[in-house]
Amino acid sequence: MTTQILTQTERPAREEEREASRFLFSPWHLVLIPIAVVMLIPMVWMLVTSLETLNETRHYPPVLLPHTLVPGNYTQVLRQAPFARWFVNTMIVTVATVAGNLLFCSLAGYAFARIKFFGREVVFVLLLATLMIPFQVVMIPTFIIVKDLGLINSLNALIVPNLANAFGVFLLRQFFRTLPVELEEAARIDGASRLSVLFKIVLPLSGPVLATLAVITFLWTWNDFLWPLITIYTPNNMTLQLGLTEFQGTHQDATNLLMAANVMSLLPVLLLFFLAQKYFIRGIATSGLKG
Amino acid sequence: MARVALHNVTKVFHGGTCALDDLSLEIPDGEFLILVGPSGCGKTTALRLIAGLEKASSGTITIGDTTVNGVSPRDRDIAMVFQNYALYPHMTVYRNLGFGLRERRTPRREVDRRVREISTVLGLDDLLKRRPAQLSGGQRQRVAMGRALVREPKAFLLDEPLSNLDAKLRVQMRAELKRLHAKLGITTIYVTHDQIEAMTLADRIVVMSAGKALQIGTPQEVFSRPANLFVAGFIGSPAMNLLRGRASARGSAGTEITAGELRFARPGVPDGEVVVGIRPESLAPAPADAAGPALDLEVDLVEPLGEQALVHGTVAGTAAHSGAEEEQAILTEAASRAPVTAVFPAEGLPGPGDRVRIRVAPERIYLFSAATGESIW
Repeated sequence: MTTQILTQTERPAREEEREASRFLFSPWHLVLIPIAVVMLIPMVWMLVTSLETLNETRHYPPVLLPHTLVPGNYTQVLRQAPFARWFVNTMIVTVATVAGNLLFCSLAGYAFARIKFFGREVVFVLLLATLMIPFQVVMIPTFIIVKDLGLINSLNALIVPNLANAFGVFLLRQFFRTLPVELEEAARIDGASRLSVLFKIVLPLSGPVLATLAVITFLWTWNDFLWPLITIYTPNNMTLQLGLTEFQGTHQDATNLLMAANVMSLLPVLLLFFLAQKYFIRGIATSGLKG
Repeated sequence: MARVALHNVTKVFHGGTCALDDLSLEIPDGEFLILVGPSGCGKTTALRLIAGLEKASSGTITIGDTTVNGVSPRDRDIAMVFQNYALYPHMTVYRNLGFGLRERRTPRREVDRRVREISTVLGLDDLLKRRPAQLSGGQRQRVAMGRALVREPKAFLLDEPLSNLDAKLRVQMRAELKRLHAKLGITTIYVTHDQIEAMTLADRIVVMSAGKALQIGTPQEVFSRPANLFVAGFIGSPAMNLLRGRASARGSAGTEITAGELRFARPGVPDGEVVVGIRPESLAPAPADAAGPALDLEVDLVEPLGEQALVHGTVAGTAAHSGAEEEQAILTEAASRAPVTAVFPAEGLPGPGDRVRIRVAPERIYLFSAATGESIW
């Protein structure tokens, strides 16, 4: 997917140049077009399979142009598993996590960027160091904490531990430091408290970076599988990713239904990705993080 | 409105830079005080300490009757205009002006009344719905002033407010500032490195260097009776001409001062090395038969200014430095010649390479101790 994005953002910003370059051939296209095709094939195949009959999915060589479209696969999936419920669960978890990250990472990022306190740099480096610890290492301790809090098998188990994360704090702190400090000083002299400065001056000027954090957090949370797997065990509390696996277990042979389920779970993410591409890329570019 | 006072204030930054060294200032209610000095002299630090944006390492700061060390900026009831104006880019002019009042929980109708009042005073009525990015430099400057004035603060702090404007606008805004202060009478502390702004605006000037106040006085005092070499070199444009000289006792005639070919008597000066200072305005072309101290000026550059012209050249003697020079001269001068600038009337100007005889009235010559830089009266 990355290659497609690059070709789009590499378009020159100025209007005339863009008009001209739209029809121009660049040698790079010889490389990029095949890569784009390779990237697209699984997506297209998934979509095609989700509309085929079961027999067509089992045919060899694969049927790439089905004789009849079967939208019924989708209704069948919705009837056989609580997809709507999983969708709502995932939405709740994702929205709450995104909101939590925006709030708490802003607060922490601002403190690290602007408030002088003893040991600030040391604490910040320690916080960054936690980014290097793989999730698998902290998984069990986190599980124990969440269990002791009595949150296991509830949506809160998915929300609470993820309300803030070091990456978000880092991203926002870096951005806040680039804002002119005089604006904040002027506001403080004007009578604003630290919190007021953050909410009335700093955050309104941080739209792009907040959008970036929101998009990245949304994708991470939406696609998270491992943590829901170990904390949720009743189907009613599952998220889409977990539900999909559950569904896969019971419908292993019905490839067309599986693919219909996949398309449905992927749709919101794809939609968000196309709407917020530029923020997504910016976040990865500024943090040097892999997507 | 209130008086502002600093008592023995010292500010040492992390890393050991001493920005303010035992500074004491007393600013009476309603005064327009200007802190002036070269960059890095501590003037902006002094302002930021009064605003509460920095904490003093020692000493006390008083606004009105309260000591404000440790009081947060919002509770000091002062207003500040920043060099880059620091207007909130996401708010309209109207909201920028009212921000301070809204933060202080002023009722909305009162905010509206005061914002409209100040926008009328500053001629911003047509701009209230615009954002800072849609304003010209001068307009932004006025909004920044308005935002400070609308709160009717106890004191008004300005940090080089005119330095981002072009020359013409600067002169215009300077006059507006002076009128505004006369009208409102708010205690004002103004930081600038431009000594013309300092001279024209101030009730009193504080000349600062290396964190110390070198002289505090009215513009006229600071100009005509500089306390030391630094103040003499800093105040006045073009800068005062400085020559090394000697004072030696000559019996009943008093002390004779010699500097290059310049000779004059000055009673009561102790023997020793001195620095002789002459303002360019005090130098004039000398008629052939003129009496009194005179110099041979070898002209190398003439800058016409309309009615007058600056005539730059060298005279016999050794140059002295005040420590207030903005830049080192690009061309190194010969050791036996000292650079001198004179203000001549525009008629009959000499050209480069000419030698002209210039004179100065002995009473308009300043003397400083070469050892300490202090003024010798």
